[in-house]
Amino acid sequence: MIKLQGIRKAFNQGRDNEYWALNGIDLHVEANKVTALRGPSGSGKTTLLTIVGCLARPTVGRVSLMGEDISGLPERFLTEIRRRRFGFIFQQFNLIKGLSALDNIILPGYPTGRPRHELLARADELLAGLKLGHRREAKVEWLSGGEQQRVAICRALINDPELLIADEPTANLDSHLAREFMAILRDLAAQGRTILLTSHDPLVVDSAVVHRVVDMRDGKLQGGR
Amino acid sequence: MKLWLEKQRYLIDYTLASLARRKARNLGLLLVYTLLVFMLASVTLYTHALRQEAARVLASSPEVIVQRMVAGRHDLIPPGYMEKIGRIRGVQKMEGRLWGYYYDTVTRANYTFMVPAVSVPANNEIIVGPALERSRGLARNNGVTFRSYSGKLHSFVIAEVLPQASELVSADLVLMSEENFRAFFDYPVGHYTDIALSVANPQEVRNVALKLAAALPDARPILRDEVLRTYASIFDWREGIVLALLSAAILAFGILAWEKASGLSAEEKREIGILKAIGWETGDVIKMKFWEGLLVSLTAFLVGFVAAYVHVFHFAAALFEPVLKGWAVLYPRFQLSPHIDGVQVATLFFFTVVPYAAAVLVPIWKAAITDPDTVMRG
Repeated sequence: MIKLQGIRKAFNQGRDNEYWALNGIDLHVEANKVTALRGPSGSGKTTLLTIVGCLARPTVGRVSLMGEDISGLPERFLTEIRRRRFGFIFQQFNLIKGLSALDNIILPGYPTGRPRHELLARADELLAGLKLGHRREAKVEWLSGGEQQRVAICRALINDPELLIADEPTANLDSHLAREFMAILRDLAAQGRTILLTSHDPLVVDSAVVHRVVDMRDGKLQGGR
Repeated sequence: MKLWLEKQRYLIDYTLASLARRKARNLGLLLVYTLLVFMLASVTLYTHALRQEAARVLASSPEVIVQRMVAGRHDLIPPGYMEKIGRIRGVQKMEGRLWGYYYDTVTRANYTFMVPAVSVPANNEIIVGPALERSRGLARNNGVTFRSYSGKLHSFVIAEVLPQASELVSADLVLMSEENFRAFFDYPVGHYTDIALSVANPQEVRNVALKLAAALPDARPILRDEVLRTYASIFDWREGIVLALLSAAILAFGILAWEKASGLSAEEKREIGILKAIGWETGDVIKMKFWEGLLVSLTAFLVGFVAAYVHVFHFAAALFEPVLKGWAVLYPRFQLSPHIDGVQVATLFFFTVVPYAAAVLVPIWKAAITDPDTVMRG
């Protein structure tokens, strides 16, 4: 589904503090599978995730999505791809404070111009699926960590994307909540979604839900299982 | 089209929600902004209305006034002067005027005593301006006594009080008959204070003035246009003083606006990053933030301007009245006719709303064009 060829990514290029976070990555992310990137802090997992999710561009190399080279596309088209094809679950959840759970969930639907009632129906369906219907009107800052993450998952699914990208999804959760997340992940995988995540939590990477684990170190792939 | 409309509705919804989320900060900004627009609009509306009022009143005044000068000072018009002017072509009507100033020790105010051209009061009767009516507590048919400069007492009966509509120029006026006037000031017979001339053709006013200066070298012709210009420059000057006083407030607002415009809070930057990451276009983010800035500045402008309008035309500009109207013991009290000048409103709008809305955009644009990957790093 996603093919990365010779990906290199530099920060502060041309300056004294130039730093290469990725040093030649070749990777094929298969469709309808759960792939995990594992590695220590600073290994380049998150940088790779941002490139796959069209949040950043590689300095060198090509990214193809369904056979189409997207690494050279203008920002406008990348945004469109991000909106329609990807759903993001961030480590810090990145919900907008002051807005209700429901308002946060439907935010990615705004630029699509879909009718409000449609967005609300879909959000309610997702909230009910994750047993969070009773918290739909609560401001996100009033929610617990687990509830916030479930809101973030609903938000990632509102536009019904084919690909889900999750950065260290269990980093801010205790073991109980991490297991709950894995159960949700299992359901999402069963729905046939392609999932790419980063983690160094054994609860995630050793789970049977994850089809493939790719190890990373110093901006390079190291093999995996 | 329907999708586009729905998208715009979402943008507006989000903008309003965003404003409500930062209630305290936005209300504070709105208050300061509104106050500034209120002050600026009050000054401009008031001085403009005063200028209009002066122009309206002076519209019926004579085109040329001739004064006689002796050693650079205004002197009386001697007999025979009028005959010389009468021979100048273009002069349609000529009228010798009698007027002078009188200091009233009771109210410690100066009055203007005058003999009107029409509706001259009967002997020993006077018509007074509204300010005099107020300061002396006079009413129609009351008696009033003034001590003349020669020390003699002169008593009069109030025949009428002038209407308020003309108070800008009639506040301190005392109208009396020619006989009373000459007796009060010991004015020699045949002499006048000045001469009012009517010129049939407005194009000829300047030529008539030139001919007057040639025929009567000791005369000073004063044109109506010059008087209007003088009034205008006085009001401009006063407006300038108030604006200079307000400059500190303007500067303070400038700093506040710059502070807001030049830097986004970490929370705002994070929000922009999140919106971009979840699929909002750069244009949508900029549009949303632009609407936010425009809404604040537009609301401030409308509220400030309406408040200034009420302040000027319903409360007689109570805050700036003493500076803008002039210094006098007898303040004219009058209702200005509401008048709004489109160019003036546009200028005020341009200098308050546009810079703010534009200044807000610069940092937003900078934040919105950066890659949204920073949001991934928390």
